[in-house]
Amino acid sequence: MATLTYRDALNQALREEMQRDPNVFLMGEEVGVYQGAYKVSRGLLEEFGPMRVVDTPIAELGFAGVGVGAAMAGLRPVIEFMTWNFAVLALDQIVNSAAKLLYESGGQVPIPIVFRGPNGAALQLAAQHSQAWDAWLSHIPGLKVVAPATPADAKGLLKAAIRDNNPVLVLEGEMLYNVKGEVPDGEHVVPIGQADLKRPGRDVTLVCHSKTVAVALKAAEQLAGREGVSAEVLDLRSLRPLDEAAIVASVAHTNRAVVVEEGWPHAGIGAQVVDVIQREAFDHLDAPVLRVTQADVPMPYNKQLERLAKPSPDRVVAAVRRVLYLD
Amino acid sequence: MATATVRTASTSALSELERRMLRQMLLIRRFEEKAAEAYALGKIGGFCHLYIGQEAVAVGSLAALRDDDYVISSYREHGQALARGIAPNAVMAELFGKATGCSKGKGGSMHLFDAAKRFLGGHGIVGGHIPLAAGIGFAIRYKGGDQVCICYFGEAAVNIGAFHEALNMASVYKLPVIFCCENNRYGMGTAFERVAAVTDVVEHACSYDMAAELVNGMDVLAVYEATRRAADRARKGGHPTLLEVRTYRYMGHSMSDPLHGVYRTKEEVEEQRKRDPISQLALKLREGGVLDQAGLDALDAEVREEAEQAVRFADQSPDPDPAELLTHVLAD
Repeated sequence: MATLTYRDALNQALREEMQRDPNVFLMGEEVGVYQGAYKVSRGLLEEFGPMRVVDTPIAELGFAGVGVGAAMAGLRPVIEFMTWNFAVLALDQIVNSAAKLLYESGGQVPIPIVFRGPNGAALQLAAQHSQAWDAWLSHIPGLKVVAPATPADAKGLLKAAIRDNNPVLVLEGEMLYNVKGEVPDGEHVVPIGQADLKRPGRDVTLVCHSKTVAVALKAAEQLAGREGVSAEVLDLRSLRPLDEAAIVASVAHTNRAVVVEEGWPHAGIGAQVVDVIQREAFDHLDAPVLRVTQADVPMPYNKQLERLAKPSPDRVVAAVRRVLYLD
Repeated sequence: MATATVRTASTSALSELERRMLRQMLLIRRFEEKAAEAYALGKIGGFCHLYIGQEAVAVGSLAALRDDDYVISSYREHGQALARGIAPNAVMAELFGKATGCSKGKGGSMHLFDAAKRFLGGHGIVGGHIPLAAGIGFAIRYKGGDQVCICYFGEAAVNIGAFHEALNMASVYKLPVIFCCENNRYGMGTAFERVAAVTDVVEHACSYDMAAELVNGMDVLAVYEATRRAADRARKGGHPTLLEVRTYRYMGHSMSDPLHGVYRTKEEVEEQRKRDPISQLALKLREGGVLDQAGLDALDAEVREEAEQAVRFADQSPDPDPAELLTHVLAD
C-alpha cells in the first residue's frame, strides 16, 4: 500500500487507464500545458502527447459535446470540468445527449464517457463557486454518479468509471485533493454502486458521501468520546445507482439514521435516502430520520457565515442526540 | 474521337448520378406526403417536421460522400435518413413508433438512428448536435482516418452558442467536419433577418478562419459539387467547411404549424415552389434527352409505391413489447 493524496490517486487512475486503453483521452480547460487547474493531470501531456491530453477553450457546452461525439464514434473520453459549477453550461450535453442517446437510438449508440471535476464548496469562493450538484445530476436516468471520499476510492472509482460503457459523472471534492490515504497497489477498481462502511457502530447510522464522510467520522469520534454513543458511518460512494441494500442493512442494525450531505435540503440526496429507509426499513426505525445539509441559502462569502452554512460535526452530533432522544 | 468517347462516358456517368438523385428526391417527397397523411390520421404522434422543398440538400450532399462517412442531423432529418439509404419501411415505422422502426420505436420522428450506416441521429435541441459533430470529427482525426462527418442544422441554430463553440473547436483542432446549414429562412415562424444581426450565414466562417461556401439549395448538382469540394478539404487536410445552403420549406415548421399566415404569405410560398428542385432537375433531364415524360412517370409510380408500402409496413408492424420500456437505459 502506498500513501497518496486524493489528487495523485486520481492522476494514477488516469495514467494507468490511458496506458491500458489507447481510446482513452483527457480533455478540458488547462489539463495539458498548465498541468491541470488542480494538478490532477500533472505529467500526462508529457507522457501521452497533445492528441490525448487536449486543452480546450473556455466553452463547457462545446467541449462536453465534443466528448460525447467522440464517444459516439468509439472513443472513451474523460472530460474534465475545472469545477462542476461551470458544468451547468454543459448540462444540455450531459442530460440531453450523453444520458439519452442509447435509449432514443434503441440501444445502438452507447456513450462511454466520464465527466469529472471538483464539486461542492471550498473556502470563501462565494455563491457561484460553492455548490454541490449531487442531487441535480443524480436525477437523470442514463447516467451513473459517483462521489469518492478517500484517495483509495478516488482511484478505484475513476478507473471503474473509465471502463464503464455508460456516461459516469465523477464528483470530486475540491477540499479533498490534498487529503492523504492508503491506496492499494496494483489493479484497484471499486465497483460502481457499492457503499462502504467507513466505521462500524451500534446506535445510529450516519449516511454520508464525499466531503461529508470526514464530517461524519469526526462526529462519530466526538459521540464515542463524550456521549458514549456508537455511530456507524456508511459512505454511499455511488449516488446513482444507490446501494439501497447497504443502507437498509445498516439501519436494520442500528435502528436510527442521520443523513449528512453538502447539498441543499430541498429534494436532496438525503431525501432519496430517507425514502429508501422509510420504504424498506420502516419497521426497524426507533426514531424519525434526520438530515444535516447545507443551509438553504446561496453560499455566503463571509467566513463565519460560510462555516454556519456548511454541515459540521457539531450539527451532526446535535442531530444524533435528537434521534437518540438524548435532548 | 478519344476525347468524344471520354466525354460521352462522363456525360453518361453524370446522367446516371442525376437520375439517381432525382429518384431519391422524389422518394423523399412522396414519403413525406404519406407521412403528412398518416399524421393527419393520428398514426404519427408528437412533433413531425417535414422536409418537402429541401430535398436537394440531403440528396446532393450525401451523394457526394462515402458509406464510411458519418452523418448527424437535427430533428428535420427524414430526408437525410432516406438519402443515406435507411429503408423507407424502417423510417416510416419509426415515425409510427413501432418496434420495427430504425430506433425501435423509442426515438420517433426527431430521433432516427442507424449506427451501421453511420447515421447518428436525429437530435431535438436546436444546435445541440453541432458539438457532437465536432466530436465525431475529433474521433476520426484521433484514429487517423480519412472519413468526414457532415452535420445538418437550420439557420436558426446559428444564433445559439453551441454553433459557435463547435465551429471554433473544429477549426482550432482541424476537424474533418462539414457544417451544412440548411437556410430555409424561418426558425419556426420567425424570419431569420428579424433575429440575426448577420444574415449571411457564410460570414460566420470568418470568425473561425474556416472555409465556407454559399450554395443554391434548389440545385441538387450545385449541392453535390460544393459538398465534394468540402469533403476533399476535410480528407486532405482535416479542414472543416461551413456550407450555407439556401433552401425553402413548403410546409409549416412541424405538422402542427400552418403553412403560411402570420409569418409568410401564400404568394411567397407559391413563388418559391417555382424553383422546385425536383421539377428543375426533371426538366433538365427531359431537355437533355436523359429521361422522357413516360420515364419520369414510371419513376414517380415506383417511389409512390415504395412510400405506400412503407405506410403499410409501419401500420402492420407491432408496437414495442412493454418490457422495452426499461431496456437501453444503460449499456452492459
